[in-house]
Amino acid sequence: MLRQIRPALVMIVVMTVITGLAYPLAITGIAETIFPYQAQGSLIEKNGKIVGSELIGQNFTSAKYFHGRPSATTEPDPKDPSKTISVPYAADNSSGSNLGPTAKPLIDRIKDDAAKLKAENPNTPIPVDLVTTSASGLDPDITPAAAAFQVPRVAKARGLSEDRVRALVAAATSGRTLGILGEPRVNVLRLNLSLDALQGH
Amino acid sequence: MTANGWLQIALFSVVVIALTSPFGGYITRVVNGERTLFSPVLRPVERGLYALCGVRESEEQNWLAYAFAMLVFSLAGFLILYLLQRVQGLLPFNPQGQSNIEASSSLNTAISFVTNTNWQSYVPETTMSYLTQMAGLTVHNFVSAAAGIAMAIAVIRGFARRTTKTIGNFWVDLTRITLYILLPISIVVALIFVWQGMPQNLGAYTEATTLDGAKQVIAQGPVASQEVIKIMGTNGGGFFNANSAHPFENPTPLTNFIQLGLIFSIGAALTNVLGRMVGDQRQGWAIFAVMGILYLVGTTTAYWAESAGNPAFAHFNVDQHASTASPGGNMEGKEVRFGIANSALFTTVTTDTSCGAVNNMHDSLTPLGGMVPLVNIMLGEIIFGGVGSGLYGMLGFAIVAVFIAGLMVGRTPEYLGKKLEAKEVKMAILAILSLPFSILIGTAIATVNVNGLAGIANGGPHGFTEILYAFVSSTGNNGSAFAGIGANTLFYNTMLSAAMFIGRFIFVVPLLAVAGSLAGKKILAPSAGTFPTTGPLFVGLLVGVIVIVGGLTYFPAVSLGPVVEQVAMNHGVLYAGP
Repeated sequence: MLRQIRPALVMIVVMTVITGLAYPLAITGIAETIFPYQAQGSLIEKNGKIVGSELIGQNFTSAKYFHGRPSATTEPDPKDPSKTISVPYAADNSSGSNLGPTAKPLIDRIKDDAAKLKAENPNTPIPVDLVTTSASGLDPDITPAAAAFQVPRVAKARGLSEDRVRALVAAATSGRTLGILGEPRVNVLRLNLSLDALQGH
Repeated sequence: MTANGWLQIALFSVVVIALTSPFGGYITRVVNGERTLFSPVLRPVERGLYALCGVRESEEQNWLAYAFAMLVFSLAGFLILYLLQRVQGLLPFNPQGQSNIEASSSLNTAISFVTNTNWQSYVPETTMSYLTQMAGLTVHNFVSAAAGIAMAIAVIRGFARRTTKTIGNFWVDLTRITLYILLPISIVVALIFVWQGMPQNLGAYTEATTLDGAKQVIAQGPVASQEVIKIMGTNGGGFFNANSAHPFENPTPLTNFIQLGLIFSIGAALTNVLGRMVGDQRQGWAIFAVMGILYLVGTTTAYWAESAGNPAFAHFNVDQHASTASPGGNMEGKEVRFGIANSALFTTVTTDTSCGAVNNMHDSLTPLGGMVPLVNIMLGEIIFGGVGSGLYGMLGFAIVAVFIAGLMVGRTPEYLGKKLEAKEVKMAILAILSLPFSILIGTAIATVNVNGLAGIANGGPHGFTEILYAFVSSTGNNGSAFAGIGANTLFYNTMLSAAMFIGRFIFVVPLLAVAGSLAGKKILAPSAGTFPTTGPLFVGLLVGVIVIVGGLTYFPAVSLGPVVEQVAMNHGVLYAGP
């Protein structure tokens, strides 16, 4: 039985070299050569500064921007590192709310958010993705329904016609892959960049 | 539920069926030591490795030596992974300066990855250096999967061989499966993943200034190379905390579809390997049919429950109806690009197997939607299953099913030409009982212990389900979680480490013993009294045994969690925090 110790040790060391070093480092080298944009995280630059990643949502609060979904991400509290504080779209600490369907904190949160959204657009039912937190807290997308819901607010804040804003929403909307896979969605960062570009920001 | 949703589910199912036989054929060639496409390149590496290890390729092992080799290898891997975490702060590939990891968390993670569980009590992007992710966790994603497949192959050999003592050589199986199956597919798919947007770099996290003027730190890393083997090896441990829900770990519907396919691919193909090695592919397809039925039941239930949504939302004029502009349903803890259908499908697939990757947060599923992953794991993850563990678990159930059929007609049970006697049935029962032992006792202890109760994040029956799910997931070597539970404590790190150990090793050793015992028997020609194990009667009986054994064992626990919560939700009952 002691005969098994040598192969066990050699095997784990060699496998570490092959699958744990050679393989990921080779993939990194190839990926950075043939897909440099994606390999670096699909980063978007504007005026020489990185404004975010195309794939990672960010926290929009001003009325002139389309807003993403609520985010449950947190960061350690600077005053007391043993506690956490809410920091939406913290892209170095992804997380969902983990609230269950019968949790009072969940329903209270939805009640508050729904009240705010109702004040903004009183006559339209609220799309469910605008009051629910995403799984990652970093969802870059909203549904077309959620974008349509926000068009009146954004148009008013920017002094644009609603049709003009709707055209930009349509341009930032992706359909299902091959017409089948996934769900139609609107990339919020791309949409907001196109709004800024339109108005020369 | 929408027509498009069902179309996606149907397309996925068809792809799995189509891959099963060709992939099964390839795996059979690899484990039989035949020449493959990659032999010109990999054969010299393989031979060099055997020479270094002092392993003679042609020398086979009996079941005890095979099991012992697997255990020694796991122990060596465990020790190295534990040490790596403890000293990662001193080592290279650590641009974020992650510090050394505390002992109980390192212990839990080491057991977790060695047992193919990938339960994660830590937050990866704030804990793990790139070196630990690559040279620690990625390595175990490969070799724990390869070890699982090897054990399934060993059990199949027990059925396929006659009057011999040996069931293969663990070192040879481990090497060939890693080099010829896992590595080539990983290389190709990792690059597809990068093309779709998964990062693959070794740089520090990126600091961005958002359009609204805030600072956002974006985690980076060698994601794609780990992602593919995390999925294909049914490991499931995320590079990031949000796992396959994170836009960097699953950026598009296409990566999601590939991930779903990879999770099932090996488990499904192994049913075909079984058929080929015992000389009758129908035997494999019968097992496949049992798995397929249980998969469809789970998917339908989860898709229905999540589409129906949460009645409490309706009070605030929140629209949960599906339309062309929104998937509707219960979107709490889900991503827009996946919607309801892909989230429900992923939840079912990841727990049919021992994968445990998630593309939505299971803690926020509706009660019955959350019951699906819970029950899937409780049944032993035999629905295509963890790579390897699914098939040998299913064969354990098949032995019990044939035994029960034998009792009903009063004949000695036979399966795949082997006479099953007291020893085999006892060992199969021992394996099957090891899981509820760990799950129910562990949950019971945690629910009466102050440290156990301290972990729960939701009040009411949902809090109980969080504890139950933790023990189910770790014993089942799944690794998904009702993630609200605060499990990075001494209590849970230790308890769940024990659960993962039992679920992996106490479960498989009796089944390897069965294989050893069967390998020594003659193969009987089917007679008029042989119960046919390729027809619908056998498929129905096996589904029945799985559901009844699982149902009777776990019914009380499931009633206290999801069932009570469903009733509460429908009556508008809410629970404050724990």
